[in-house]
Formats: sequence, C-alpha cells, structure tokens
Amino acid sequence: MSNKPISEMGWDELVPGAALYTFQGDVDYNITEMQPEDRLYSETSSKAMSVGDWRVIKPVWNSETCIDCQNCWIFCPDTSIIARNKEMKGVDYDHCKGCGLCVSVCPTNPKSLLMFNEYETVEDALTQWPEKKKKGE
Amino acid sequence: MNNKEMNLKGVEVWDGNMANSQAFRQADVDVIAAYPITPSTATVENYCTFHANGYVDGEVIMTESEHAAMSACIGAGAAGGRVATATSSQGLALMIETLYQASGMRIPVVLCLVNRALAAPLNVNGDHSDLYLTRDAGWVSIDAFSPQEAYDMTLMSFKISEHPAVRLPVISNQDGFMTSHTAQNVIPLKDEVASKFVGDYLQVNALLNFDKPVTHGVQTEQDWHFEHKAKQHDALMGSKKVIEETFAEFKELTGREYKVVESYGIEDADVAIVCLGSTFETAKLAIDQIKKEEGINVGVVAPRVFRPFPLEEIAASLQTVKAVACMDRSAPGGTVGALYNEVSGALINSQNRPLVTNLIYGLGGRDMTVAGLKNIFRTLDKDSKDGKINGRIQTLIGVRGPALSYYDVEGK
Repeated sequence: MSNKPISEMGWDELVPGAALYTFQGDVDYNITEMQPEDRLYSETSSKAMSVGDWRVIKPVWNSETCIDCQNCWIFCPDTSIIARNKEMKGVDYDHCKGCGLCVSVCPTNPKSLLMFNEYETVEDALTQWPEKKKKGE
Repeated sequence: MNNKEMNLKGVEVWDGNMANSQAFRQADVDVIAAYPITPSTATVENYCTFHANGYVDGEVIMTESEHAAMSACIGAGAAGGRVATATSSQGLALMIETLYQASGMRIPVVLCLVNRALAAPLNVNGDHSDLYLTRDAGWVSIDAFSPQEAYDMTLMSFKISEHPAVRLPVISNQDGFMTSHTAQNVIPLKDEVASKFVGDYLQVNALLNFDKPVTHGVQTEQDWHFEHKAKQHDALMGSKKVIEETFAEFKELTGREYKVVESYGIEDADVAIVCLGSTFETAKLAIDQIKKEEGINVGVVAPRVFRPFPLEEIAASLQTVKAVACMDRSAPGGTVGALYNEVSGALINSQNRPLVTNLIYGLGGRDMTVAGLKNIFRTLDKDSKDGKINGRIQTLIGVRGPALSYYDVEGK
C-alpha cells in the first residue's frame, strides 16, 4: 500500500477487500511491551481517527477521589480509559463516545467519574463535584 | 493431503452430490460450515461421513442457518483457511446478504449451489431461480451439466477462487435432482493428484497472522466505496483468464476439455438455442436426432461460466445462425429472462443480428424432453426460413392452459 491518504488513492492502489492494517509494517517486535503511544499505528487504524465529536456528554475524572480500582478501565468498551501501572491517568477524548459505563461502575463515594455536557470544560466540571454521601442518604 | 487416503476406483458411480463431496474431501478444505437443504443436503452429508470415518482432517461446523453457514465460511476464510459450503433455493436466499460480504471482502469460498426453484409455492425440484438470484453478487459462477462435470468444476473452483489475481468466491452450480441425484460414471483423480492440482492454500491478510494485524469488513462511504467496488469488478472480469488457464491445466491432467462457452453442433447450425444446466445434455441428443430425421441444422450454446459473463465468446459462437432461442429456466418476474437479456446484449454490437426469442421453460423441475426441444427447433427453423419471429418475443413453454406469450416485435 502506498503512503498516499486513502481518499486520494485510485482503485488500483487499494488493498483488496478493503482490508485495513492496524500497524505500519510487520509487527516483528514485542508489541505487548510497548505502550499504545509508542506503537506504530497506521494511518488507517481507528487509533488515528478522532471520533470524539460523536459524543454529546463526556465523562470527567476526579483524581482527588479516585482509588485506582481499574473498574472503569476494565468496562470501557472503547479502551478510552488511560491507565499506566494500574494508576488511572485520564480519559482518551479522541475515542470516548460518551456511553457513561465508566461512571456507572465507579465504586467511590462520591463517584470519581461523572458525566457533564460536552461544552463544559473539565476545570469547570471539577468545581461542581458533589460532596460525599452520608449513610442512608 | 488428508492423513487418511481413500482408495477410489478408476471409474466411480456417483451422483452430482457425491461428486461435490469427493471434490471437497480431495481439496483438503479446512472448514466446511453448512446447513442442510434439499437437494444439496447430500453434498455435506457424504462429506460428514468421510469426516466421521477419519478421511477429513479439516473441521465441519453445523450452523443454525444458511446465513450463519456462509458467515462462518467468511470468518474462517478471513482467519486464513480454505472454506466451502453447499446450499439450494431458500437456503441460498437466506444466505444472499452474506454472499455480497464474501465477494466484497475478497474471501475465497467455494459454494456448491444445487439449483432448485424458489418458493412460493414450495418446490424442491430443479430450476435456475436460485442461480439467477446470485447474478449481481460478485461471485464467479460456473455451471456443471453432469456429475462428472460437477466433480471437475468443484475441484477447479478452489484453484480459481484462491488464485492471487482473483481472490473471489466461486459458485459451482448443478441442476437439482437431474444432476445432483442422477448416478453416472465419474472418473475421479487420485487423492494425491487432486490435492496437488488444487495446491496449498495461500493466505492473504489472514486474521490469524499476528505479525500483521488486519481489519476485515470495514466501512467505506462515498470517498472510497466506488474504488473498492471497481477493484472487485476488475478482479471478477479478469478471472476469465484464470478460469481458462485452470481449464487448460485440468485438460492436461485429465484429458477433459472445458471452455467458458460450451457448444454442440453450432459449426454448421442455421438456428440455435442458448441454455444452462442439464438441458445442454438433452439438447445434444435432440440435435442429432432432428438433423438426421428432418434435416434441420441446430446448435446449442451454453455458458459454462455464467459470471464473469462471456459476452464476447457468446457473440462469436452465434455469428452464423439466423434465429436463436434463449431458454431461461426461471420465472422472469415481469421482464424477459436473464439469458435473453445477456445474449441479446452480446449480439447487438456484433456483425450477425439473428432473430432472438425468449423461452421460459422447466419451472419447478418440469421436464424438458427431447421431443419438447425438437418442437422448439422446428419453430426456430420456421422463423429462420420466414426471416421473422412468427409469434411474440417471449413464450412460456410446456405450461398447461391457454398459451402465454409477451412482447411484440417492433412494427408487427
């Protein structure tokens, strides 16, 4: 496959069957030991495509209350929870579609992930965080 | 080659289904996923017996429907295996969505389609309505007229389908019951020879190749869908060359010769019919008889390869005849039959412009006999001598009740 963007390729330049390779070249190295940001994703990999604008509400993460339990990382259907060495780092807003699953599985009190309107900034959202609920509340 | 060899006789007595089953076995298929339906059931049933008795190293998956059967074939094909299945009629109709997936994803699959009428009314017998349903699905479609040919075509289908320049699924057609359940002499290849002829499976973008992770079945919109369909069409059009090369290689191995367009008696014919399937075999008998008895010179032309349509070869084969009847064994659904359309399209730009009529016949397995064909030949002979179509363009042949014909010739 040539290095042209797909939108400029003629029919004779495309891979048969519209098969798309995930990485540039062959993966002849141990990719499992590399972090995603260091992997050589191809231009046609969905990693390279931002779908953040599909979202109308977004999860905001509060590091003050988070206990790094990894529930959100396990449940996110779009691998959009970024964690390193079992520590929560944030949300990948290029690929998160705003489904809210991470919020529903967050076990802390108050929750460490909450949904906000897309147009609200993360900074503003963090100022609106609820207090810890009392027993029976 | 499978670990356990089956010792076959020099000449076996097989029906068309057994011919398919044996070709599957000898082709060392990795995965067969299927759902049974008359009259193609025995293709897979026999194969399962081979499997149960240790003659097949590959896997058999019994799916919950034909849609699932073809889906499983596509999945196993994308994973990197040689795959095949068989179906008929309603099963094909249920499968149709996935046929487009297989060809669009460029997954080699061999589908033995044992032609049967489509309901309603429910009918298990042979006509070509399921074959016609696959017309635009982007598959190579090859037609066998006898059990021997079914064996030969199914075996060759793997080689054609998996060729690097093709990488498209292939349908190996035969007539339900007339071919699938008629036992005839079949000369098979030895397991080793057949396996060598088909060759090893060549993986292309296999999902199970972890050195090159790949996504199959992607979404394309207006920005590159057209280019992909163009590429697919070009591969299908180009597959004719590979089919001819495969036929030539097979002739060298077996002495049996196949052409993309088969014919009989056409060299000195004044009139001709064009048909598909076992009618070709019946026509050969009828042609010999009427030539001897009544001096009418008739030829029969049959596209061995239905897709890619051999338009140039069909036109070339009909350059000396004055009248042609295109015989379609499928209810045409409000227009002329497929063969009429395509043969007329082939002839309209050629030097010879014979009279072309359309006969709808044999629906739901109604027999087309030697006597029936001779009547058709006499009508063609009269039209040819009168220099005009005496009736209308389309006629239903062999149906009870008042005569049915449609479309007047211009100026009549």
